[in-house]
Amino acid sequence: MILITLLLILMGSGILAWIVASFNKSAAKWIALLALLTDLVLVSSVWLADTAAVTLGNDAHWISSVKMNWIPDFGMTFHLAMDGISLVMTALTFFLGIISVLVSWKSIEKNVGFFLFNILWLLAGITGVFLAMDMMLFYFFWEIMLVPMYFVIVIWGHEKSRYAGWKFFLFTQISGLMMLLAILGLYIYHGSQTGTYSFNYFDLLGSLPGGSLAFWIMCGFLIAFLVKLPTLPFHSWLPDAYAESPSAGSIIIAALMSKTAAYGLIRFVVPLFPESAKSIATPAILIGAAAILYGAKLAYAQRDLKRLIAFSSFSHMGFILVGVFSFSALAFQGVLMQMVAHGLSIAALFIISEFIYDRIGTFDLYKMGGFWKKMANMGGFTLVFGMASLGLPGLANFVAEFLILAGAWQYDAVLATLATLGLIVSVTYSLRILQKIFHQSPQNDMEKLADLNSREWLVLGSLTIVIIWLGLFPQNVVKVAQPAFDRLGIGQNNTNDKKLGLIDTYNGLINKGKDNNAVKEGGKLW
Amino acid sequence: MNISEILWLIPFLPLLGFLILAFFGKKIPRGLVPVIGTGVVGISALITIVAGINFLSNATPGAVIEQHLWTWFSIGSFHSEITLHLDALSLVFIFVITFVGTLIHMFSSEYMKDDEGYSRFFAYMNLFVFSMLVLVLSNDLLLLYLGWEGVGLCSFLLIGFYYGDTKDAEKNALAARKSFLVTRIGDTSMILGFFLLVKTFNTLNISEILHTAPQVWSSDSTLAVLAAALLLGGALGKSAQLPLQTWLPDAMAGPSPVSALIHAATMVTAGVYLLTRTYSLFELAPSVQIVVAAIGAITLFIASCSALVQRDIKRVLAYSTISQIGYMFLACGVGAWSAAIFHFMIHAFFKALLFLGAGAIILALHHEQDMFKMGGLRKKLPVIFWTFLFGSAALASLPLITAGFYSKDAILWYSFASTKGSVWLWILGSVSAFLTALYTFRMVFLTFYGDQKTEISHYPGLAIKIPLIILGVLSLIGGFIELPHNFGHFAPFGDFLHTILPPAVLNESVGVSEGVLQLVAGVLALLGLYLAWNMYGKQNATRRVSDMPFSPEVASFLASGWNFDKLYDTLFVRPMVWLSKIDEKDFVDGIYRGIGWFNLEMNETFSRSQNGKLRNYLIGIGLGAFVILTIILAL
Repeated sequence: MILITLLLILMGSGILAWIVASFNKSAAKWIALLALLTDLVLVSSVWLADTAAVTLGNDAHWISSVKMNWIPDFGMTFHLAMDGISLVMTALTFFLGIISVLVSWKSIEKNVGFFLFNILWLLAGITGVFLAMDMMLFYFFWEIMLVPMYFVIVIWGHEKSRYAGWKFFLFTQISGLMMLLAILGLYIYHGSQTGTYSFNYFDLLGSLPGGSLAFWIMCGFLIAFLVKLPTLPFHSWLPDAYAESPSAGSIIIAALMSKTAAYGLIRFVVPLFPESAKSIATPAILIGAAAILYGAKLAYAQRDLKRLIAFSSFSHMGFILVGVFSFSALAFQGVLMQMVAHGLSIAALFIISEFIYDRIGTFDLYKMGGFWKKMANMGGFTLVFGMASLGLPGLANFVAEFLILAGAWQYDAVLATLATLGLIVSVTYSLRILQKIFHQSPQNDMEKLADLNSREWLVLGSLTIVIIWLGLFPQNVVKVAQPAFDRLGIGQNNTNDKKLGLIDTYNGLINKGKDNNAVKEGGKLW
Repeated sequence: MNISEILWLIPFLPLLGFLILAFFGKKIPRGLVPVIGTGVVGISALITIVAGINFLSNATPGAVIEQHLWTWFSIGSFHSEITLHLDALSLVFIFVITFVGTLIHMFSSEYMKDDEGYSRFFAYMNLFVFSMLVLVLSNDLLLLYLGWEGVGLCSFLLIGFYYGDTKDAEKNALAARKSFLVTRIGDTSMILGFFLLVKTFNTLNISEILHTAPQVWSSDSTLAVLAAALLLGGALGKSAQLPLQTWLPDAMAGPSPVSALIHAATMVTAGVYLLTRTYSLFELAPSVQIVVAAIGAITLFIASCSALVQRDIKRVLAYSTISQIGYMFLACGVGAWSAAIFHFMIHAFFKALLFLGAGAIILALHHEQDMFKMGGLRKKLPVIFWTFLFGSAALASLPLITAGFYSKDAILWYSFASTKGSVWLWILGSVSAFLTALYTFRMVFLTFYGDQKTEISHYPGLAIKIPLIILGVLSLIGGFIELPHNFGHFAPFGDFLHTILPPAVLNESVGVSEGVLQLVAGVLALLGLYLAWNMYGKQNATRRVSDMPFSPEVASFLASGWNFDKLYDTLFVRPMVWLSKIDEKDFVDGIYRGIGWFNLEMNETFSRSQNGKLRNYLIGIGLGAFVILTIILAL
């Protein structure tokens, strides 16, 4: 039931905030904030109580689940379930939801009620996506994300927001349609084979192991996810949508909505179509690596801070693709960590750009410089998140990138090397953010600049704490998600374990006092 | 007191110092800032000494003290642990880092006194010391990488320390960026090496890898060579060796104590540490080891040539650092691991001393760094002069009396006599030893002899003098803990390290005795001193830039560091910038915009035909009918 509660709180408070806002704007903001806080507390309590295992389908390790009839005639169920991956992602959603409400506290003035309604329903849609275990329900939530986001971009966005909003809408809607067709295809095929027509995830699992039909149906899902992620060559909506949104919108699309696509890859593409997914692994990783490098190059070229950050996000999403299609236990954990870490770091960078915009009224990098003198605290935070985006160890992003790339190397060393080059290019734009704004020569009068106020400190401080905590103690997330990844059936380095077994035998030989040469010979023979 | 329980304090204290200064730096009184900054490192140094004494007196040879803190992550059978690991090698490093670090912090308390970023400076320096200690105390390559990147970050921040509206802000920002990017290239190669190790051994634990590698890989097998070569890439970047040496001379944009601590004594030797720490991987890949020796030898020669013609005192020292680390690489390459570490320690003493001395001079002369505008400081700044002279003598390795002689002589001997050595390596090393003496005393004579050209504005206080004197003494006597073999066996330092590192294997018949080579090295050093005296020291010396027997073209070629910057600029920087300029708008977006444009055009074209004129419609119908009929009839 807790899963339904999570959704109802968001949707209900969205409507409530809309109504209340016409009497009292600040009360509406508090309602939104409290609703999200309640959800965060609920999810955290689940996390702390940790995994009272529920059995679903053929496997245990689900933390919570609820299943009701929806439209039984068509085999649609209202089925929500939470495992480690969804737990981590919903927690991230509520945390960043709170952050985005706090960020918009002052900067959104017109139509506050409708804005909060959109934000809360958007978050509800995202939460639903992370929990839905019925394909139709999943599609329903997938579409719920779309409309509020369109409004947020168009109504509260910057100058070119109509253009950006339409572009976003067209790309995601067309790709969503592909997914709908794929879902229907899967449903019909499954029904015709087994006689039971069902949209339920657990019924559909394993119904299409391989073959060309599986391949084409997978492509339907893939298109939807690759556009939303986004990756090459479907990314062209991204810079406009990210840059023209108000910052709450940018945070939600970049940090959360793109993660629904990553989640979709892990939850649906890989388990539903294991053979077909493996068959496209090489081109998929190649596209991921190309996106990493091309995105970084584009980011470096921008003079608009928000577009720079947007392209950096595009670059980092390449790692997700590389990780998912490496099919290694390390890489899968890396993907989840990347979803969280990138969510935090990209949100923080967009927030910083918003704080700067509040002060100087532009995103133009050429009008910034030398801000450290006046805003050392903001500079310090920018340093943290700039370093996060170039993958400095000690921050969560490093753990993610390391795991993904180490996993990718196990799949193919050359492709992994290509993706790893991204670590070099990411330095160029990350340092550019930091140096251009805070270190290089001042371009303008800095008299009016004021350092962070307490609300801004709270926002950036909490993001910093979480990203460092995850960087040093990632095991907290790894542990919770491991059962979910085990279910994907990817053997962890099986060959290596065997090798090590042999090595242990050799160690035994050494201990018995055999000389080194014999051992070397043994090593060669083996 | 059990060391394995207090080991964590050694890196933690500097971290604590960083946190205090970073969060409360502006609130605590200015006088307290250096007390905190220096104090935390000083206490770390004391704990290190306690730990060291305990380690030396109790431990059996080759012993290791470990403190497990927590599990970083553990996925399936792959673990990464946060564990501190103290053995003979890391003990030498933490001693140098905390001890020399304390002296440099103390020096900085006076040097940076009037800077508005006083607390920021100490915060970064503390963070650096923390990261460096993590680097050398880690037994897991991934934790080592955390320290490795941490020191890179601090180096970046301190090179760009003077920012904003100061006069060189843009140049400093560029130098900072360059150091980060160039070392990052090496780091990326290193992390690729880690991936390879993860795949093969399913662990990054250094002891486990060193233990299992010889059983899994045969000598010079492909994977062994690849692993060693990729790790070497990281070492080359951090230690500023060919071809990734270009960032170090520019790194001198930072304050002088930074150059002393980071860009001379500690961080830049991290590459040597890495090679030594993972020595068995390199012994498994003899072909890579040859490359290490060759890179070391070529780098040390190239850099000492460049040092000959610099005008800026800090750039002379920068090139000499590259060159001295080249000696350490040479030693690693010929399998003389302990000789490399010995030279590392002695180099840390005298190079920190020289950079601090240079800093004191620069401070005394209104931030003048051009040696040709200095001169005659011998009488005015006697403490600086004498200590600087000791440091220079050690750098030039004047025979018998300086520590530098003993450490460098060992390397030259092994480069000749080891089974992996060759006469060519020895020649490059010896010629450069001569050049070293020449450029070192050129610097000394230009700075301290002749006529005084700039007024002295600041006389050094105690905080500057004490570190100089301590380091000066060490530069002279530090060498006596490891005497050459033919001086009778007194080599406690080498014996200590050989509990964990293999000794170099010598050729059975060397042909020349060690004494002869020592004599040659001694004579070469004295010859360099003599030439420098003739050109720059004696009363009627002309002291002109052109006194070096080079044509202007050659001189400027050497001064620019053999034009590597220009080469890289043409090969990499410009194409990258060009590529980002021409495609700022993203051509992929252009395709989609094209689709949109095409549809609008079509819409416009066809909507024009829909104009309500009956005549046009009739013509259209007629033409259509004609075309269709033709097609049907033709078929």
